[in-house]
Amino acid sequence: MKLYSRHLLGLEGVTEEEITLILDTTETFREIIERPIKKVPTLRGITVLNLFYEPSTRTRISFELAEKRLSADSISFTPATSSVKKGETLKDTVRNIEAMKIDMVVVRHSSSGVPYFLTQCVNSNIINAGDGTHEHPTQALLDMFTIRRKYKKLKGLRVVMVGDIKHSRVVRSNIWGLKTMGASVALCGPSTLLPFEVERFGVDVYSDLDKAIDGADVVNIMRIQLERQQAGMFPSQREYTNLFGITKERLSLLNKNYTIMHPGPMNRGVEITNEVADSDSSVILEQVTNGQAVRMAVLYLLSGKKEEEE
Amino acid sequence: MAKEKIETVLDERGVARAVTRISHEILEKNGGAETLVLIGILSRGADIAKRIAKAIKQIENIDVPVGLMDINLYRDDVHSKLDQPVIQRTEILFDVVDRNVILVDDVLFTGRTIRAALDQIIDFGRPRSIQLAVLIDRGHRELPIRPDYVGKNIPTSKDDRVLVRLKEKDDKEVVVVVKSGMKRPMPKEAAAKKTKKGGDKR
Amino acid sequence: MKVSGFNMVIKGGLVIDPAIGFGNEADLFIKDGKITKIVKSGEISQRDIAAIPTESIIPAEGKLIAPGFIDMHVHLREPGREDEETIMTGCQAAAAGGYTSVCCMPNTNPAIDNQETVKFVLSRAEHSDARVFVIGAITKALKGEELSEIGDLVKAGAVAISDDGNFVQNPEIMRRALEYARMFDIPIISHAEDKFLCDGGVMNESFESTRLGLKGRPAVGEEIAVLRDIKLCDFTGGRLHIAHVSTVGAVKAIRQAKSEGVNVTAEACPHHFSLTDDEIGKEFNTNLRVNPPIRTQKDVEAIIEGLIDGTIDCISSDHAPHAEEEKDVEFDQAPPGMIGLETTLGLVKMNLIDKGYLSWADAITKMSFNPARILKLPGGTLEIGSPADITIIDAERKWTVRKDNFHSKSKNSPFIGWKLSGRVDCTILGGRIVYKSK
Repeated sequence: MKLYSRHLLGLEGVTEEEITLILDTTETFREIIERPIKKVPTLRGITVLNLFYEPSTRTRISFELAEKRLSADSISFTPATSSVKKGETLKDTVRNIEAMKIDMVVVRHSSSGVPYFLTQCVNSNIINAGDGTHEHPTQALLDMFTIRRKYKKLKGLRVVMVGDIKHSRVVRSNIWGLKTMGASVALCGPSTLLPFEVERFGVDVYSDLDKAIDGADVVNIMRIQLERQQAGMFPSQREYTNLFGITKERLSLLNKNYTIMHPGPMNRGVEITNEVADSDSSVILEQVTNGQAVRMAVLYLLSGKKEEEE
Repeated sequence: MAKEKIETVLDERGVARAVTRISHEILEKNGGAETLVLIGILSRGADIAKRIAKAIKQIENIDVPVGLMDINLYRDDVHSKLDQPVIQRTEILFDVVDRNVILVDDVLFTGRTIRAALDQIIDFGRPRSIQLAVLIDRGHRELPIRPDYVGKNIPTSKDDRVLVRLKEKDDKEVVVVVKSGMKRPMPKEAAAKKTKKGGDKR
Repeated sequence: MKVSGFNMVIKGGLVIDPAIGFGNEADLFIKDGKITKIVKSGEISQRDIAAIPTESIIPAEGKLIAPGFIDMHVHLREPGREDEETIMTGCQAAAAGGYTSVCCMPNTNPAIDNQETVKFVLSRAEHSDARVFVIGAITKALKGEELSEIGDLVKAGAVAISDDGNFVQNPEIMRRALEYARMFDIPIISHAEDKFLCDGGVMNESFESTRLGLKGRPAVGEEIAVLRDIKLCDFTGGRLHIAHVSTVGAVKAIRQAKSEGVNVTAEACPHHFSLTDDEIGKEFNTNLRVNPPIRTQKDVEAIIEGLIDGTIDCISSDHAPHAEEEKDVEFDQAPPGMIGLETTLGLVKMNLIDKGYLSWADAITKMSFNPARILKLPGGTLEIGSPADITIIDAERKWTVRKDNFHSKSKNSPFIGWKLSGRVDCTILGGRIVYKSK
């Protein structure tokens, strides 16, 4: 069993065997981060660049910790802005840093396709930590890992993602991954935040929350950004909460042993109530812990894959 | 095919005798089983560790904790391969601090696996001692490591391969040496086994 | 028959001229930059042929002879971005693509919104390898706010006006422009994409934009704009030309308008009938970013239908050079546009002629005759007395598009690496050979 690519750009096209390998490997690292010494020497001598063009706390810290726990040398670079007209281009930035002998690049950028673009610029292994509204594969992997840990399977589960579907890279990666693993996926959000022909992903699409979550096992709640209201995607936060906020009352529609997830950061009282976020069914903090293990697994599995000889 | 090149060094009874003897030696050296924990290196070292624990239970009627350890994350050659080895789960569900740790593996060869295992054990805590038990010592050490308990010493040349087959994973129980035969192609059966996960230490 | 005194004879080619309906092998005689005689092959005696100096004979047996192509829609980038293209290099690219005339859009820096800039461009084009006609700006600096001095522009030589690159968002301004331009009998070329619906979008809005998470420019943004301009055109009695039609709905709207007698014409670009938006996700190739965006297979089919039934009058390249470093960036940061002068013929041949959608006569009508008619330009035909602007085509020649072979100063083509069929053999401008293929 092996990964077919030396990069992790997205989950589209990643096979069931590869995802299973990553999730199985994650189990090992999940154990390591429970040890008194949460560190293994595996990536000694490997240098990882965390290139975050977009602000991120959780994902960046999670990657940084994952790298440190694997004994990699890691540096983080957070350019103020990505400007094409002024200053250095992305290509030049990365090539310059790679000239300092980088082995792997973890990249977060507001433009879709940047991780692919980097594979064309540099020789390092590229890991996508979120590109535009395209993909966020490690988040989807940690979501799947969290679900699999609880239910011991993914196949046949019903996972509903609620919120701003249109602008969510987490949703897209989860769709690819979950469908590959045999789960059934439903999406729910205001019709203005459901992108064009989204049903062509092979998912069920709703704008009625009660219908969407009826019979579901997992509800993964996406953050709603206030800028979307300003852009006219929905009339007010109040109305959004009334229509799409996840409250305890609504959860009676779910299957027994249901799970509440949220990739964070949460807007408590908007898309999720306090009561739900802190309930026993919520695995939101477990997701964060698992995120680190998933990233260790991805770093480990990709670190052995050098550029193929021509 | 090329049967004259495969030499059996231990049969099923030989393996059993070796395990029993090692168990006795461990108890003797440590003055009993109270301070002992066993850590077997995955995958066949782990099987032998379980057998030693079983033997100790029969002799002393004490349950010695057995941990399983995957050493791949501690290897020194991880990045020289194109694909990372598939790692199995390390399970050490007890405290190693102040215990006499018996590290168990099937074949001792260059010593690099043991070096990785020693590093990993120390990351779990500070044992009183770490002792090494192996079923086969075939020589050719590349690091200053020596075993405390040996099932059998086998003289080999560096290109020979020692294959351990145990009932837990395989359909038979035997230890063989496949002689390299000076640049001769490897017998097909052995070549196929070489790519199999675990079980062979080059 | 006396044949001496000619400067050039193109001998034995298959003459295709929609205007004169000629479809025979013929010899074309050129004198003083004009076509002076066309004679069916074999009707001149060997003795007369022998009297013509060998160096004046261009053998064209097995080739097609067409009136020089006219591209209604190119960006030559001069003044302002001479690093991307100059009038000289743009015209060299035109000649290599079989074009003898190009019409340059006014979105230069400064914009061609005044007489002086028109004169500047025309003076720079005096000795170039193609005729350059200027399209002036509808509004000052293409801002869509105040009309430019259209009368002055026309007086200086502008043949049409356009704010290409921008839609004239304010319908009142567009109404006045159409009314005003009526006085000069010039068409207004509309870049029909509603800004409110399309701004910020970097590709067609479709499942592909959903999949890639890139902001879409919906087809409806183009269709609303086309419909509005058609209504304004009908209302004002002005002349409207819709640039780079790219959607099913836009083709339908134009077809309907034409059937109702509205004075509207339209063009399509090779990328809109050769590419679909699912190409983008493969490599995020920024050379695929263009406005209006490449769309879906259904749209491609509608464009082809529009070309077949005459809804779409012209094929233009929308040649838009961009510096390599500006394209070598994140997909959504790249400027829109691709070069096209040198690949249009090959794409027309491969995707329209070889597939049986258009005949050579149809294609040449759309690449030469119709643009000349719409803009009242010289050329577009091989009639006696016309300028000797001639494109000799090696119809079946296979070739591969290579970055290093472009004459354009910019190389931003998504067709690099494509194997095309049909290539210019020789381009003649006013009796002068401006391009000869190797």
